[in-house]
Amino acid sequence: MKQITVFLENRIGRLETVTDILSKNNINIICISLSDTVDYGMLRMLVSQPAEAQRVLMEAGFSAMLTDVLAVRLIHQFGMLNKFNGLLASNGIDIKYMYALMSGKDSAVVLKTSDNEKCEELLKNSEEFKVLSAVEIYNL
Amino acid sequence: MIWAKEETLPRSEIERIQTERLLKLVPYVYNNVEPYRKKMDEAGIKPEDIKGLSDLKKLPFTTKQDFRDNYPYGLFAVDKSKLLRIHASSGTTGKPTVVGYTKNDLETWAECVARIAAAGGAVPEDMCQICFGYGMFTGALGLHKGLEHMGCCIIPSSTGNTEKQIMYMKDYGTTLLVATPSYALRIGEVAMQMGLNPKTDLHLKTALVGSELLTDVMREQLKKLFGEELMVTSNYGMSELMGPGVSGECQELNGMHVNEDHFICEVIDPATGEVLPEGEKGELVVTCLTKEALPLIRYRTRDITRLYYEPCKCGRTTCRMENFSGRTDDMLKIRGVNVFPSQIEEVLLKTEEIGPHYEIIVDRNNHMDILTIRVELAPASMTDDFKKIESIEQKLHGALRTMLGLDAHIKIESPNTLKRFEGKAKRVTDLRAGKD
Repeated sequence: MKQITVFLENRIGRLETVTDILSKNNINIICISLSDTVDYGMLRMLVSQPAEAQRVLMEAGFSAMLTDVLAVRLIHQFGMLNKFNGLLASNGIDIKYMYALMSGKDSAVVLKTSDNEKCEELLKNSEEFKVLSAVEIYNL
Repeated sequence: MIWAKEETLPRSEIERIQTERLLKLVPYVYNNVEPYRKKMDEAGIKPEDIKGLSDLKKLPFTTKQDFRDNYPYGLFAVDKSKLLRIHASSGTTGKPTVVGYTKNDLETWAECVARIAAAGGAVPEDMCQICFGYGMFTGALGLHKGLEHMGCCIIPSSTGNTEKQIMYMKDYGTTLLVATPSYALRIGEVAMQMGLNPKTDLHLKTALVGSELLTDVMREQLKKLFGEELMVTSNYGMSELMGPGVSGECQELNGMHVNEDHFICEVIDPATGEVLPEGEKGELVVTCLTKEALPLIRYRTRDITRLYYEPCKCGRTTCRMENFSGRTDDMLKIRGVNVFPSQIEEVLLKTEEIGPHYEIIVDRNNHMDILTIRVELAPASMTDDFKKIESIEQKLHGALRTMLGLDAHIKIESPNTLKRFEGKAKRVTDLRAGKD
């Protein structure tokens, strides 16, 4: 799964410029996470057409890159995220960052880990945690 | 290519010419320029007291203030009817500085520029695109006439519309570019954004850059953009002295050769006015030996440099001035430390993770000076990891601390957010006036 990351200065209107460009290009934002420091922020998104989103944003002068991330569905049950984190930790997988993809009947998170392949392999036969494909995410 | 035999004379011969011309210049100025005559009278010096080069230091300085006090024509030695052209500096503070040329002055100017252009790699076959603003500024017409005098073909594209500049370069086969170093970089960047490969789609062989400091790192970046074979040389002049044509680098890149049969250079301690020995850093002072309209004696340029007199490997015997390390009036005093913007630039340009453009902001808060430097993340260092950006900040912060002994606040921004300049870049903003 490709996430698009955009580097933004902390200035009024910068985020709006990004969403405006995406909307004018008919690119759908599936989920979004914005983290910031005093001077700049990092916008992370799953979008309907990541490569196209990168192209149009870079054309407009933004720094944008595609990163491999995992989207994982968790059964909506008490303690599930805790269990998930425990599973990764006990297998030596470091979580770089994580944000929510959805919450409802089921819930899902987006995360980047120290070893996405190993993580995917680990979850292959799990009944509680399912790695979502791009198509599944777009159809959520 | 060495353009004139005057560039390779033995030192004794150069000094003989300078002496002969100085002994004519002093009475010429004394008799024709009233404000300078007054200065000499006040200092108790008569033209006949000047018997040789070693007496030069007895003469009073000429300064920018003299131009202001005698605006517009007070320092001229000829009547207006003898002038063929005037130029003026931008005059950001107060009135502009007006300079003028007689027929002979224009010929000398073209000859001086041809010499520095030839030293900088120009050949008569060159197609020269001049991206300096035409108008009152001496840069564009100075290079224009000098290169024309060499036999080059001129493309007077002036400034503005970078895409069109690149189209001219590509379609007309520009081989030599005249620009400020930062605009030359900008042209390379825009060409890449237009989908061109500046190395193969453009045919640039030589860049004569001026009107702004050229650092070694900028030179390397220009070569990276336009190709390793690109010859990038800087040259020096200022409108008061003539315009471009005072000095320029040769292929050895070890200083700018001075046209010494027309200019005498000295380096002084800016605080005391004492002449410093060869190789010491100080303010450049220039005497214009041959100008008819506006002869100047010991003009204080406010540029900081050193002079070297040993012959160069290129064959020239003329004295060389080191590439400038700043101007006395560019110097910032931050928390009591003297800071030249060029020192900051040197650190920034050595840091690969950021782009070549920057802005320096000095402000004052709670009686403390605050130095902020805005830089752009290089497209290749884009990351989704905060730690990497922090490590770039820390690296810059540490390098600046080592260079200046000051803590600077680094602001990393996205590519293409900082202002680009077509003329002289204005990268320093000082907001401290009136704050305590």
